[in-house]
Amino acid sequence: MIGFLARRFATIPLVVLGVVTILFIIFKSVPGDEAAFVAGATATQSEIEAVRVQLGLDRPLVEQYARHVSGLVVGDFGYSTTFRGNPLPHIISRLPATLALAAAAIGLTILIGIPAGVVAAAYRNRLPDYLISLSVVGLLAIPNFWLGMLLIAWLSVDLGLLPSFGASGPASLVIPTLALAARLIALVARMTRGVVIEELRKDYVRTARAKGLSKGLALRRHVLRNVMIPTVTVIGLQAGYLLGGSVVVERLCAWPGIGDLLLTAVSVRDYTLVQGIVMIFVVSFLVINIAVEVLYRFVNPRLRYA
Amino acid sequence: MKPLLSIEGLTVELSTRDRTFEAVSDLTFGVSRNEVLALVGESGSGKSMTAMAIMRLLPEPVAEIASGRIMFDGIDLASAGEASLRGIRGNRIGLIFQEPMTSLNPSIRVGPQVAEVLRLHKGLDADAARHRVEELFEQVRIPDPRRRYDDYPHQMSGGMRQRVVIALALACDPDVLIADEPTTALDVTTQAQILETFRDLQASVGAATILITHDLAVVAETADRVAVMYAGRIVEETTTERLFAAPRHPYTHGLLGSIPHVAEAGARERLPEIEGTVPALWALPPGCAFAPRCPRAGERCATERPPLADIEPGHRAACWYPVEAAA
Repeated sequence: MIGFLARRFATIPLVVLGVVTILFIIFKSVPGDEAAFVAGATATQSEIEAVRVQLGLDRPLVEQYARHVSGLVVGDFGYSTTFRGNPLPHIISRLPATLALAAAAIGLTILIGIPAGVVAAAYRNRLPDYLISLSVVGLLAIPNFWLGMLLIAWLSVDLGLLPSFGASGPASLVIPTLALAARLIALVARMTRGVVIEELRKDYVRTARAKGLSKGLALRRHVLRNVMIPTVTVIGLQAGYLLGGSVVVERLCAWPGIGDLLLTAVSVRDYTLVQGIVMIFVVSFLVINIAVEVLYRFVNPRLRYA
Repeated sequence: MKPLLSIEGLTVELSTRDRTFEAVSDLTFGVSRNEVLALVGESGSGKSMTAMAIMRLLPEPVAEIASGRIMFDGIDLASAGEASLRGIRGNRIGLIFQEPMTSLNPSIRVGPQVAEVLRLHKGLDADAARHRVEELFEQVRIPDPRRRYDDYPHQMSGGMRQRVVIALALACDPDVLIADEPTTALDVTTQAQILETFRDLQASVGAATILITHDLAVVAETADRVAVMYAGRIVEETTTERLFAAPRHPYTHGLLGSIPHVAEAGARERLPEIEGTVPALWALPPGCAFAPRCPRAGERCATERPPLADIEPGHRAACWYPVEAAA
């Protein structure tokens, strides 16, 4: 297991370097003079030139790239116009809010999505299945920002139960979590239903029944373990995409996370900040994937000795 | 001796989208304590369906018992409630499956899988169950049972897994044992070893045993009596000795004729085979199902189904023109 972790973590710098390079090329190809942006709309030509020299933008691209990469290694993400300096501490300070939102969404998915899928499979082609499957289609079809707006209109404006924006205690987490988790819950419920139906046909279920176990016990003791294998994978992979989904939802609910910051960065053309946030997203995604693989080995004994 | 398990007129119906037909028709036989009855037949002849019907584990509503009784210890399993069936399955009737590769749960260690049945029916606690499972593993000749207890199925060979399945079926000292092709999925050497283990344990438990197989060599070595099935019906039933010495039904006769004999191996003759194929169960002829393939069939066979009747004491056959008993 330790060897496995070491190998997986060793790949992170390589992937990150690739992403850094691609981002560097993209942002250097964006039209417009970077120095002029940093200097501001009212700057004179000589001020712009001064900024250009100060930021090293007058140097050859290869040198700029080398400085960019070596800066990242020591935690210097460059000059952000928003924060007038290295944006890294500001990005990190936004990270907990985003992680809390993602964790809440995953927790809700596990609590609702998996049981819903199991119930639908157990009552296949009967009323509970129809109701759940219909809800699944509905939740998959509704975009999260629209669901978020509906929830705000209903829970905050009409009923006055919850705050409509910001992060003022656990109650503020409810609406963004629901908006973010809806699609994932539906996805997991639908997949769990399929996997349970497939597993129920397998020989080991017949063995369990031939032992004298009831259908319910065979399901709980024997089928669920095997259902967890693909379910963990899907939830894990989707966890990475939650980061992306949180961009819109965070803005909608004014949730002070990284996604909200990313939209701000884009709107003021703060390329350094955008690059920094994307870097954090990439690293988070990679770490989540490793965590999923560890979990996957935990639920699937066939992989443990491989 | 009065049979411990007797099946009386059992009919199992299969319903698919466009038709309903009988997979098992009017089956009647019994098994006594200490006896091994072999159910022999080709795929689709209704052998496994019979086993699942006795356990009441047919894939309902696709397959259902349409009529008949399954009498076991004064209870009719065909009409028994789910609660009493649960008390019987795995406890008083043990089932050994064909596929050792898939009949165990891949994500649970083998020991606890066997222990589960003991905890369920015998109320053993975890330690007592583990102790008993290790004993069982030793009985089914799993080497190093203590260590093997904690193996996952994928860490074991097919033969070892089948031993686990046998241990599972025998764990509660069942009165009835049903073995559905217990050695079919294994290689020949392993087959012989498993069969030996199975026979020894069956004899020591004294369970009334139904052995389902298509392998006549297994029958000859293991069974006391044989019931030959064709298209969902028993066509012939007698002692193993009698069946191999003097088969009376033309189908049985053809089956036995298709076994190669070592003595004749040098002759390099083509083995005799039964002409034609098994008819579809939903398109059976009104008379004898075997008639279209039967070399002895007469006019009567096409229109009138022969009843399964004693043609001599202890020998039943369903045929209008049975093969003459060998002199």
